[in-house]
Amino acid sequence: MIKAILIFNNQGKPRLSKFYQPHSGDAQQQIIRTTFHLVSKRDENVCNFLEGGLLIGGSDNKLNYRHSATLYFVFCVDSSESELGILDLFQVFMETLDKGFENVCELDLTFHVDKVHNILAEMVMGGMVLETNMSEIDSQNKLEKSEAGLAGSPARAVSAVKNMHLPEIPRNINIGDINIKVPNLPYFK
Amino acid sequence: MVPSLKLHDFMEEIRGAKTQAQEREVIQKECAHIRASFRDGDPLQRHRQLTKLLYVHMLGYPAHFGQMECLKLIASPRFIDKRVGYLGAMLLLDERHDAHLLITNSIKNDLSQGIQPVQGLALCTLSTMGSAEMCRDLATEVEKLLLQPGPYVRKKAILTAVHMVRKAPELSDIFLPLCAKLLHEHHHGILLGTITLIMELCERSPAALRHFRKVVPKLVQILRTLVTTGYSTEHSISGISDPFLQVQILRLLRILGRNHEKSSETMNDLLAQVATNTDTSRNAGSAVLFETVLTIMDIHSAAGLRVLAVNILGRFLLNSDKNIRYVALTSLLKLVKSDHSAVQRHRPTVVECLRESDASLSRRALELSLALVNSSNVRSMTQELQAFLESCPPDLRADCASGILLAAERFAPTKRWHIDTILHVLTTAGTYVRDDAVANLTQLIGGAQELHAYSVHRLYHALAEDISQQPLVQVATWCIGEYGDFLLENCEETEPLQVEEEEVMALLEKVLQSHMSLPATRGYALTALMKLSTRIQGDTEAAILEKMPLVEHGGPQTDEEAKESRDDTAPVPTEPQTSKLLDLLNLLDDTSGDTQQPPSLNPSPEGALVHLLDLPCAPPPPAPIPNLKVFEREGVQLNLSFTRPPGTPALLLITVTTTNSSEDEVTHFICQAAVPKSVQLQLEAPSGNTVPAQDGPPITQLFRILNPNKAPLRLKLRLTYNHFGQSVQEIFEVNNLPVKTWQ
Repeated sequence: MIKAILIFNNQGKPRLSKFYQPHSGDAQQQIIRTTFHLVSKRDENVCNFLEGGLLIGGSDNKLNYRHSATLYFVFCVDSSESELGILDLFQVFMETLDKGFENVCELDLTFHVDKVHNILAEMVMGGMVLETNMSEIDSQNKLEKSEAGLAGSPARAVSAVKNMHLPEIPRNINIGDINIKVPNLPYFK
Repeated sequence: MVPSLKLHDFMEEIRGAKTQAQEREVIQKECAHIRASFRDGDPLQRHRQLTKLLYVHMLGYPAHFGQMECLKLIASPRFIDKRVGYLGAMLLLDERHDAHLLITNSIKNDLSQGIQPVQGLALCTLSTMGSAEMCRDLATEVEKLLLQPGPYVRKKAILTAVHMVRKAPELSDIFLPLCAKLLHEHHHGILLGTITLIMELCERSPAALRHFRKVVPKLVQILRTLVTTGYSTEHSISGISDPFLQVQILRLLRILGRNHEKSSETMNDLLAQVATNTDTSRNAGSAVLFETVLTIMDIHSAAGLRVLAVNILGRFLLNSDKNIRYVALTSLLKLVKSDHSAVQRHRPTVVECLRESDASLSRRALELSLALVNSSNVRSMTQELQAFLESCPPDLRADCASGILLAAERFAPTKRWHIDTILHVLTTAGTYVRDDAVANLTQLIGGAQELHAYSVHRLYHALAEDISQQPLVQVATWCIGEYGDFLLENCEETEPLQVEEEEVMALLEKVLQSHMSLPATRGYALTALMKLSTRIQGDTEAAILEKMPLVEHGGPQTDEEAKESRDDTAPVPTEPQTSKLLDLLNLLDDTSGDTQQPPSLNPSPEGALVHLLDLPCAPPPPAPIPNLKVFEREGVQLNLSFTRPPGTPALLLITVTTTNSSEDEVTHFICQAAVPKSVQLQLEAPSGNTVPAQDGPPITQLFRILNPNKAPLRLKLRLTYNHFGQSVQEIFEVNNLPVKTWQ
């Protein structure tokens, strides 16, 4: 079972915190701080597993983390999850975020925390892996967006413009020698 | 009034805040707006306010006033409201708050009204924070959703069922009959959820386990399809079709096949196929292969298959990817109990991993190495482990040290080797060993009669080099005390170094005086000195006999000093020395060396002992320094008395005595001190905090001052206490310290 999913930046500021077990607000902040402390001490070329999840439940728990540029992604899991499987889950998560935000960066996560929560909710539910198929996760987000109604329209308008494939206006039209055959279309008569 | 900020602007402002205090200010201002808006703001904007509040909550600020808003938003018909409301419920509410039960009704309505995204939200929230009562109330709704056709809601319903079974185990009866049918679905999300549900049910009840054994063929079929299917863009990660589903199936097969011949047989072929054909160039393939190996080892598989599995693990130990090596070490640790000899074959590789710079890897390697020690490899393994102990990170030292000691205890080939090993551990990592190591070693040495001479020589040399590691010092001083006479003779097994009596005494003295020695250690040293005085022949005997008549009845140490300070005339040296001598001789009656010693005993024993043993090279005791009265107020007096122990010229010991001749008692007395920067000050714990009225027993406290540069000594004292119903605070500097205290 996944006990918690945390994303924080290189200074330890939380960008996403989701706990799948009840903790008070103070306990949550303490967990984030300790986790940051443990994870930031790690070298670049060591393995992605850390023991030290004493705050979250028993000593069964491991921290699986991934460091990308300015963000740390940390999953705290117990022994019932496959360690290498969680590494693949990181991959799926990051690729889904990429798709959802178009080349996601830290600012996207900062300003659209609720959207990240929604994407995550499609992947992991109640501490268990729900869906790992990226197109499924993505399509559900689109489904939710369509239900969002008017309130979601500015965001949709922006992404609609982004997705529009405006044809390239040719700069140089070189007609040259063209033999244009006009077909004898019946309805033009 | 400043208008409420949009979410985006709010976040910008928070990011712009340069200090924690500034950030707090911005957030508090906005929270006030949010609160006002919740009370009487526009209901259409409520979801924006809650989003802002959730952001603030993530940063760690209190947000409990948003809980009721979550309920209102969930109850609203608009999707956008529900989405934020449910998210808020997941983040702000949990089963410890009573408010959480209030959303049960909303969830019930949302589950039954048929709009898929809304049902999805409700299920998600239920599976994250649903308490046992909520689960019981909503079980039937979730069951209905399990059976309806759309996969989006169905897969969520299945995982919600897992959560419900965890919270309220009696609900498993509802969900158990549906599982077998669900396995025939094709949607991978549904399959994944179903297998998780079956695993949960099997773990909870052996009857369920037996029931589900009949689906083993179906599972085998699904896995086979996945493995043999070609590349499918939908579910594949690095060329492996849905590795998550494969891993889950393998786990369930492990649970079902354990201790069951028939199921194991059904799986054998498939496991062999997966083990040999999986492409492990990428992580996904390795994940599947690991699960396969673990499953093979856990069920009744053919012997050849088991050998193959362990060899795969061995191969992974040599992989360049650290994650793979980590998982390999973890898996081998799981197997070491059941297949010890198979894992032994990979011992050299495991030992190699000890030298990793990665802390996680070396920790795993340490655990595995300790598990692999047996009587045939104990010498080489201990050597490796000792080398590791010298260079390993501090948090592993304790485990490593106790591991080596335990292994030595179980498999030591000879007693001498055992003693050597323990000695080595004590010198390298003495501070990290457990407390019973000292007792074990003393017992071991005591029992090995032929090795007494050898032990005492080794320990003496080790002690001479380093007196900081307390367990080593304790054992060594004990040993010297017991077998000191061997020490003075030559021992064939160690370097022939003539040890003089004086050297031994000097070393023990050094141990006594060192500020690094714990009271227990000092006790050991004192006992050793006394034992030596009986074992080593010489003029020391005459010295002891001579000093006996000096014993005068002195009463408790502190009273004397108090009397002295008032008279200010009585000569200082003899009184404290004799009373300390009395305490010292009391120790002779006391068999255990580590009794609780009052702090005032500290400055003198070496002085008294120096006198006692009459060593020719000891300097004569210095002229005493007169006492000093430094403070007086309403009957409360503070007096300082000074001692300069002869062996350490930089050390000054001040005993601060607080007396009370007034009518009211002094309580909560605390004395703090400050000295110039070049001087080091150490305060010991005072004898108490209360001085009763009318000259009751005073409080004494010892200050140790290290002044190697002989800087002029100034002392600033701060006193706080309660007297006559008032709290008194006094800060003053002691200027008139005698020159002899620091020169």
